[in-house]
Formats: sequence, structure tokens, C-alpha cells
Amino acid sequence: MAQPGLQKKTSTKTEDTSSLKGTLISVFLVGLFLIITWVGVFYLFMDRF
Amino acid sequence: MKTAALKTVDRRDGKLAMAHFYVAFIALALGGLAGLLQTLVRSGKFELPAGIGYYQILTVHGVVLGLVLTTFFIMGFQLAAVSKTSGTLTNRQRLIGWIGFWLMTAGTLMAAAMILLNKASVLYTFYAPLQAHALFYIGLTLVIVGSWLDGAAIIMAYARWRKANPGKPSPLLTFMSLVNTILWIVATIGVASTVLIQLLPWSLGLVDRVDVLVSRTLFWYFGHPLVYFWLLPAYMAWYVVIPKVIGGKIFSDSLARMSFILFLLFSIPVGFHHQLTEPGIDPAWKFLQVILTFLVIIPSLMTAFSLFATFESYGRSKGATGLFGWVKVLPWEDARFTVPFIGMLSFIPAGAGGIINASHQLNQVVHNTIWITGHFHLTLATAVILTFFGITYWLVPHLTGRTLTKALNKLAIIQAVFWAVGMTFMSGAMHAAGLLGAPRRSSYSEYGGAAQAAEWIPYQVAQAIGGSILFLGIILMLYIFINLAFFAPKGEEEFPVGETSEKAEKTPMVFENWKLWLGITVLLILFAYTIPFIDMIENAPIGSKGYKLW
Amino acid sequence: MHIHKYEKIWLIFGLTTLLIFLSVLGVSAFYLGNQPPSCLATINPEKVDTTKPFNKPGLKKVKGKAWDYELVFVASAFNYNPGEIEVPKGAKVKVIATTKDVIHGFEVAGTNINMMLEPGFISEFETTFDKTGEFLIVCNEYCGAGHHMMTSKIKVVES
Repeated sequence: MAQPGLQKKTSTKTEDTSSLKGTLISVFLVGLFLIITWVGVFYLFMDRF
Repeated sequence: MKTAALKTVDRRDGKLAMAHFYVAFIALALGGLAGLLQTLVRSGKFELPAGIGYYQILTVHGVVLGLVLTTFFIMGFQLAAVSKTSGTLTNRQRLIGWIGFWLMTAGTLMAAAMILLNKASVLYTFYAPLQAHALFYIGLTLVIVGSWLDGAAIIMAYARWRKANPGKPSPLLTFMSLVNTILWIVATIGVASTVLIQLLPWSLGLVDRVDVLVSRTLFWYFGHPLVYFWLLPAYMAWYVVIPKVIGGKIFSDSLARMSFILFLLFSIPVGFHHQLTEPGIDPAWKFLQVILTFLVIIPSLMTAFSLFATFESYGRSKGATGLFGWVKVLPWEDARFTVPFIGMLSFIPAGAGGIINASHQLNQVVHNTIWITGHFHLTLATAVILTFFGITYWLVPHLTGRTLTKALNKLAIIQAVFWAVGMTFMSGAMHAAGLLGAPRRSSYSEYGGAAQAAEWIPYQVAQAIGGSILFLGIILMLYIFINLAFFAPKGEEEFPVGETSEKAEKTPMVFENWKLWLGITVLLILFAYTIPFIDMIENAPIGSKGYKLW
Repeated sequence: MHIHKYEKIWLIFGLTTLLIFLSVLGVSAFYLGNQPPSCLATINPEKVDTTKPFNKPGLKKVKGKAWDYELVFVASAFNYNPGEIEVPKGAKVKVIATTKDVIHGFEVAGTNINMMLEPGFISEFETTFDKTGEFLIVCNEYCGAGHHMMTSKIKVVES
């Protein structure tokens, strides 16, 4: 990501030390959790009178 | 950027901060004991001795932990942080801090005396028309006024630094302390207004009646920024201290400042989301404040990213590979990191619950059920308090000239594990029972043998188990605190202040433009509150006389 | 100010999610009428017993309104009047309640009927009782020493 154009193919293999891929996945897991819980309570709201 | 940063906090400033911490930890002991008793009572297997009322100890628990522990700890921490990053306080600033401390302490003692005499079993929200003894309200007022003086010392220290360093952004910890102080002052105007203009004259018998809805609205104008006043010092530690503890860098100084400014702007005009199910407020205005509430989620989303990024960057700099290899290289054996980290994790379900609570009509599912209690025991009583404990482990020895020994460090981690396990039981059971309808703030009751109420009781037993484990955690914490304050071996404990990486861009000066940020804050408050507030006053019913029903 | 590419992705995702939540809530509230209880009517709390409809608490069939029944409750420390009531299943009901003294809660456990009762104000909520069973009413706002004893019951029965 840091060296555009140079070794596009190989850079995917040799891991970039500044990569934040784990961070991205982590926050998306957090996001998923927020959505699941919210939808769950929304379902309770719809189901109840 | 580090022009005035000192290696250690000046002894005299340290004493002022420590004075705050002594009160905070006494509050932890008393409030924790009250909490334990509550969970035992609610299990149905235990009754309070000597005619002590459930709601009396519930008032103790809320006031002493929600208002006293937090305010004292936060002010002590912020004074120390400012002294460390912007230079020793002047004698005048320190004197103002001491006057603030003694006012807060005197106020606390007055309010506590009234609660113990059973003249103020009104819980920490003291909703009119339940009427406490006037000294209770005067005590709370002194706590607030004292905290303003502490805040004044922080503001003066900031102003002095800026004057001495023209054109430079203030040290990050000072900046954050200042934002939280401003947030606190703007927020407490609301509660000070209802106490001084409405409740105090009414409890003294000077006026007969009180406008209940106006009082509640002023309370919640304060009540939501209150929770951010608790949270921001934890964020200070997460953004600035933790990176240094693990040996990494602050992910972004600018983004950290931006998130704090966003908290200042959006945490105040949102009080209606605590009043979603009440009459007398137009639902359109409620929804407007719901939208503003959702905006205050954004800085927390930013914080989540920054923290993960700090950890991952550090891990990769240590050679970690793969998506999650960085998790393994984090310093798990260091309590200064691990304890707040558990707090961070708890903020994920805490935040999820918070979004649900604020979701307009969804609030009806959970409003005033024990789900809410479960929610703020994740936010305040786990995320925030574990971070405060994590701060204590280096700050107290730093200020007392002692060290966190290996044994104490280990005990601190065990303490946090107790906390995590106890809270999983207690808060988890509270969330579950709340969804089934179990009310909060209620003593043990079988509700005339109702089937639904019987379903709640196993969860209440689980809460008592969790509460007991948490109480053991409190005893451990007090043991560690007393050691760090008086007995741990003499030495030098670092005050960890993170640095931004060399590659980081310059922090824009716009963040220090207080006219701008205060201006927007005020505009947002006026926008969210003016019309509904006028409506409330114009359409007010006859006021309420005072009741003492406990 | 530089923001990391992944952080941008995350924030756009987060903002979109929040926007969807708000849209769902907004449509449900403003178009489908699922607003939280927000009645604006006031009352003299000291004259509740002589003010209609609170002079006759209980279930009342009404005509010519968008709902079939009005279910009226009066709360005071530490009870609800009526202490128990039967409602036919499927009834479209407007629950109307107020308090004679301090703030009380009015929560029908396991339902969306959950509202604050504040002296001087009337609280209302409209719903269709579409499930049979016994539903416990609890006070969920602290009102004094007997707070946890304050209860009532709604029995939804086959009509």
C-alpha cells in the first residue's frame, strides 16, 4: 500500500509492517455485534404489544 | 511539544491529587459494600439488619459511587495530568484546588450525613417531588462548586501554558483535561440550576411547589454529559497512557483531539433520550435529540479504530504477522495495560446497549428495567472504573514515591479478572432480566406471586453471585491502593505519557479555538432545548408539593 | 487532517449503520405511529379523583374513536387502581394513566407499555392486546419505601 506501482503482486505476500488489516477486521466485528444486538431488541419491540 | 513536561509531578501537586484519591477510595469501600448488600437483598435470601432501608443503601451506593468516587478521582487525575504535562501548578492554582477539594469533601459529608439519618432516601437522581432534607441539596451543591474550583485550577494552568508557548498546541493530556472540565462546567449548570432555583428553596419551605418536569429536564441536561465526564478520563488513558505503557505510539494526536471536541459538542444536547417515555415533551423533539445522541456515537467509533490501530501498529513493529498476530505480543502481564484493556472490551457490549437505550421507541423495551442498571455497570462500573484502577496502579506510586511491585502487579491482574467474572454474572443477568421486564431500583419483591416476577428471581440470584465476586474485587483493590499509598517500597514509578510517531503531521491549531467550540456547543444546546423548554414552562401544570415517602 | 484509508471505510460503514437505524426508527415512529408515550395533556394532581376519566378507573368501551377501549389507571403511593383488570384479546386499547402524588413508573412487563407517570401530566399509550396471558404491572421508578410492592395485573383473555 505504501509503495504504489512497484511490486503490486508480491507485496500481498510479504506483509506490510504498517498494515492495519487486523484493525479493520476487529472494528467490523464490533460493528457486527452492534447491529446484531440492535436488531435483536428491535425484533422484541415488534413482537410485543 | 514537550517544552514544559516534567519527569515527575511536583510533590505539592501530588499531595493535592492524592487527597482526592483518598476520598475516592473511601467512597469505593462504602459504595461497594452498599452494592453488595443490595444484590444480596434482591436475591431474596437476605434481609437488612437494624431497620436499614433498601432505598437508603441504594441512595448511598448511587451518590457515593456515581457522584463522589467519580468526581474526586477524575479531578485528582486531571490535576496530576495537567501538572505533569503543562508544568507544576502555581501556588494560587494549587490553593484554588485545595479549596475545591475541601468544599467537595464538606459537601460530601453533609449529603452523607443526611442519607445516613434517613432524611434523604431519594436516590442519586433525587427526582422531585420526593423531597430530601435541605442539607442534602446544599451538600450536593458544595460538591459541584468545589469541582468548579478544581476545574478553575485546570483552566488557569492551561491558559498559563498557552501564554508561555504561543502558537503551539497544548500538551494532549492537558487539552483533554481541559475539554472534560469545560464539558463538566457546562453540564453542571443544569443540575445547579434545578437544585439552587427549584429544590433548595422548596425544601427550605420558601416555596410551596416545584415544577417536576422542568426539574427532571434540567437534571438530564446534566445527566448525560455526566456519563461522558466519567468516560473521557478513561479515554485519556486509552489514547495517551496505554500507547506508552505498551511501548507504542499514539495513533493520531489530531484525531484524538477531534474526538474529544465531538464529545464536547454532542454529549450535552441529548438529555431527552433519558426522558423518552415521559409525558409533556413532544416526540419530534425527543427524536431530534435521539439524532444528536447518535452523533455522539461517532467519536467512540473513532476511538475503537484508534485503539485497535495502536495495538496492531505496536505488534507489527515487534514483528507480529498475520491478521491477529499482534494480539499475542501485547504486554499481558502488565496490569497497567491489561486492566484497562478489560475495560475497553467491556465497552463493546456497553456501547451496543447504549445505542439501544437511545433508540427512541425501542427505549420502551428497556426503560427503567434492570437492563439499564446492567448497562451502566458495564460503562461506568467496568470500562471506566477498571481504567481508573489501571491509572491508580502507576499514578498513586508515582505521586507517593513508591513502586508497583511484581506481587502487587499480579494482584492487580487477579483483581481485574475477579471484576470481569463478577460483572459478567451481574451485568449479564441484569440485561437478561431487564428484557423480561424486571424493574430497576426495586427491593426484593414477588409481586403478589406473579408468574413473571418468579422468572426474574434466578437472575437476581445470579446478580448476587456476581455482586459478591465484585465485592471481593473491591477488597483486593483497596488492599492494593493502601499498599501503593503507604507501604509499597520506595522508588520511582513512571507517569506514562505517549508520544505521536515522528511521521505524524502537525496538529492543527483549530482545536484550541475555544470561542468556536464553545460557541457551537451553546448553539447546539439552544437548538435542542429552547423550544421544548419554553413549551414546558408555558404549558406547565400546577406544581407539586414535597413528599417524604420513605 | 490525514485519516487512514481503513478508518475512512470504518467510519463510512458506522455512519451508514447509524443512518439506517435512525431511518428505521423514524419511519416506524412518524409514519407507522410507533412514537414513545409523549402525551402533552396536563391535570391537577390533587384533583385526579374528580377529573374525568380518572374518576372511574378501569376498562371502558368507547365508540367513534380510533381505539375500541380506554383503560384508565390511577397511580399513587403505593398502588394502582384498578388492582387487576381483564382485557379481551385483540382489543385496540388506549391506556391512560396519571399519578396523584410522586413520579411513578407504569410498566406492563413483557410488553411495550412502559411509561413515566408524572404529577400534573397524563400519560397515554395506544396498543392492540394481541396475546393472551397475565401481564404484571410494576412501578419502575422509585417512589418511596413501598415502591417494590406497587403492582397491578392485566389479564388478556379470549374474547
